Amino acid sequence: MTKFSAWNVFWNGLTGQKGWGRQWRDPAPKSHYDVVIIGGGIHGLATAYYLAKNHGITNVAVLEKGWIGGGNAGRNTTIVRSNYARPGNREFYEHSLKLWENLSHELNYNVMFSQRSHISLLHSPGAIDAAARNYNTLRRTGTPDAEIWSLERLKQVVPHLNYAADARFPIMGAAVQKRAGTARHDAVVWGYARAADQFGVDIIQNCEVIGLTRDNGRVTRIETSRGPITAGKVALSVAGSTSRLWSMAGLGGLPIETHKLQAFVSEPIKPLLDQVVVFGIGGAHFYISQSDKGGMVFGGDLDWYKSYAQQGNLPIVQDVSEAAMSVLPCLGRVKLLRHWAGVVDMSMDGSHFLCKTPLDNLYLNAGWNYGGFKASPAAGWYLADLVANDRPHETIACFDLKRFERGLQIDERGAGPDPKLHG
Amino acid sequence: MIILNCPFCGPRDHSEFDYGGDGSITYPSLDAPVEDWHAAVFLRDNICGVQTETWQHTQGCRMWLLVERDTMSHEVHSIRPAHPGHAAVLEGKV
Repeated sequence: MTKFSAWNVFWNGLTGQKGWGRQWRDPAPKSHYDVVIIGGGIHGLATAYYLAKNHGITNVAVLEKGWIGGGNAGRNTTIVRSNYARPGNREFYEHSLKLWENLSHELNYNVMFSQRSHISLLHSPGAIDAAARNYNTLRRTGTPDAEIWSLERLKQVVPHLNYAADARFPIMGAAVQKRAGTARHDAVVWGYARAADQFGVDIIQNCEVIGLTRDNGRVTRIETSRGPITAGKVALSVAGSTSRLWSMAGLGGLPIETHKLQAFVSEPIKPLLDQVVVFGIGGAHFYISQSDKGGMVFGGDLDWYKSYAQQGNLPIVQDVSEAAMSVLPCLGRVKLLRHWAGVVDMSMDGSHFLCKTPLDNLYLNAGWNYGGFKASPAAGWYLADLVANDRPHETIACFDLKRFERGLQIDERGAGPDPKLHG
Repeated sequence: MIILNCPFCGPRDHSEFDYGGDGSITYPSLDAPVEDWHAAVFLRDNICGVQTETWQHTQGCRMWLLVERDTMSHEVHSIRPAHPGHAAVLEGKV
């Protein structure tokens, strides 16, 4: 594998670009692995990478039903932030953001992480007070870049938002995280895949898990479309399909519902928006940024009913377009290029699960709601730690399946046990 | 768009309705063990295929309905009032 460097780019430029081989192998599945990770999204690939790098476990396979990064890894709005205020989430997402900050160097792959600021618009004195409480909490607990901006400052930095005084919800200020931003989602997939492959991890695509055999409290065999595989340990990393694999293992119910979330991209336009802007009030929910190619990348709420179909409905297209027009009216004549939907694990409290399961050698990574992309590096990091050491790191101890029995939910939004409300 | 054939109002777009959730849950008695309540409130089978779910016709008759719908194809298989008395009357059983 050729290392990416300025010299190698220069040299290959002079020699007809013949020095670049394939970026990762395409191996046939072996009959046994020490660890099998089900799900070849960013979370699964990151887990394999950190298992090899941090824990020296390299006899690892990542099984992917389709192609790597073809699920939610390729269906998100690429926003990365760590402005969570609840204990547990705070430490977890800050760790993730720190991993993001060094990711391109670590993987020797440009993931185009752009710390362009994440700006949440505020529309009432009460909203400003609530945001100030959360962001002060962040500043005092290791996230120093959380700021509350006045309307004057916001107008200077993002001049073309709808600041009309007669808007239905006039903008009064903003809560800003300056180290937050966006990354190139495919590059993150490919970077982790290439780096894990270099450690000897087998990335096996077109390999659907169709059954899990259990015996004596353990998963003993994984039936796949490419033959049976045995494994010392098995990790689930299959957002959207978690319940399906959970029932294959005969484990009953989960505090998760599968919903679909749409995202949109417009035709490329000249540079318009340098930050991620979020608008959310009175039933509206909208977030937007501009990709390096110029497309406006944006999204809104779920489709509001449970669904496994990776295709979105039209009422949400209308909803999101209306939100776009109320906050950025200058987009009115920009054409929509594509929209798509991913299926996500909506959990009962809006927080995720990184934990052991009732089966001794089965580990769970699930329940990411709207926000799995930003969590990818830390989810892989902590899941690898959990699989390698067979005990949860203290940072993720609260993200287990038993928290509802204990009455200790991590409900960032305070929406209660209705999965569709945790946006 | 899913078309839901409301038993009171006729076929309407799903955007007239609010989605409730899993309609197969039966809540335990008030003095049931906490494990039963935990299962009813927090645990879901999350079926990929035909499931029973609740919808409310918020922009119409405001009645709660029990809908059998495929969560992959979105095909609606049956729809009836959630209230057993209303269902019995409409289905000619009373």
